[in-house]
Amino acid sequence: MAKVSMTVNGTSVSREVEGQTLLVSMLREDLRLTGTHVGCDTSQCGACVVHVNGKAVKSCTMFAVEADGAEVSTIEGQANADGTLSTIQQAFQEHHGLQCGFCTPGMVMSAAALLKDNPTPTEGEVRAYLDGNICRCTGYHNIVKAIMAASGQDVSAIAAE
Amino acid sequence: MYAFDIECPTSVADAVTALQAEEAQPLSGGQTLIPTLKQRLAAPSTLVSLTKIPEMQGIEASGGTVRIGGAVTHATVAASVGQAYPALADLASRIGDPAVRNRGTIGGSLANNDPSACYPAAALGSGATIITNTREIAADDYFQGMFVTALEEGEIVTGVSFPVPEKANYQKFIQPASRFPLVAVFVAKYGDGVRVAVTGASNEGVFRWAEAEQALSANFSADAVSGLQVDDSNLIADLHGSADYRAHLIKVMTGRAVTAAA
Ligand code: FES
Ligand code: FES
Repeated sequence: MAKVSMTVNGTSVSREVEGQTLLVSMLREDLRLTGTHVGCDTSQCGACVVHVNGKAVKSCTMFAVEADGAEVSTIEGQANADGTLSTIQQAFQEHHGLQCGFCTPGMVMSAAALLKDNPTPTEGEVRAYLDGNICRCTGYHNIVKAIMAASGQDVSAIAAE
Repeated sequence: MYAFDIECPTSVADAVTALQAEEAQPLSGGQTLIPTLKQRLAAPSTLVSLTKIPEMQGIEASGGTVRIGGAVTHATVAASVGQAYPALADLASRIGDPAVRNRGTIGGSLANNDPSACYPAAALGSGATIITNTREIAADDYFQGMFVTALEEGEIVTGVSFPVPEKANYQKFIQPASRFPLVAVFVAKYGDGVRVAVTGASNEGVFRWAEAEQALSANFSADAVSGLQVDDSNLIADLHGSADYRAHLIKVMTGRAVTAAA
């Protein structure tokens, strides 16, 4: 067992974990932050994306010990302080960017990472950035549309094909 | 996963010591190793993390070379070497997906030497030097077959030094499920000749296509390779493509890389 300390959504936490404990297991099972999902065993789906020191990572493909001392943000930390949805979350709701919602936490965290680096991406850049986020429901069009809308761009011309 | 401990040394010397333990294994970005551990295809007693070692970070460009620390992520290479070595930045920007690029490292990729990985093509195609905790190894001597390198037990890739070419380009034809190259070709033109490295295609891992190098050194244009034949006797044949198909792709990707670089 090893002791790890990190900041999760602005709160300091410390836990004893085993070497093989994945960051996502610590978030979900020890901290009970079950908004971060696990959709695969192969690092492909992106349902588990969180930010570690501001960068999008797959929390199923990083050990908790490796996040020692880091600042972690998860989907639970995305809403505004007063509980209202963040701009990205609101856009997903308005543009029907989710159906079952399983992929959504990862999609929102990836979108947040993209817009931080590239505040007004092109549609192609949004699609390329979502390379590692798989959605089995939506066909992606409305996810892309929601992210474009969250970036403040006009999405009236983006139609489902 | 089987149970193991993780050590996070902060110097190369401490990492080398930690790796002397029975069944210890290095852990870099983990984007290949962690899925492998989940499948129980490896059972280390200890993983020695290499990502908190300051000596293995950093990128320096000077005097016609770019030197990259072994634990530098693909995202950092993509964001930092665009000026000094654009073809290398472009290659790094297309490995895996954004989250994978934020963790995966150049040293990890070169140490693993997956036969379909991107970085081995850049290193061999550039005639790079692989720097370890004990020595410097020329790329021509370093890659020794599928998942096989010149690294000794417990030896760590601490950095890589790339001589910057006059022109270079990387063309990859992806296998749409894995997103790894089905075939990809790195072409680099130096003052003393052209190097062509092919990944994804051979049972021996990354290799140089000597006939194309000769032809392109004489005439750096896609026409120079259009009449060549790739020997397909040692190429991978699987459900994604026959050896013959891969041989054809090698020629096509080489031509495209030359056109894009020229
Ligand atoms: S759970 Fe699928 S990539 Fe992490
Ligand atoms: S909304 Fe169901 S997986 Fe994306």
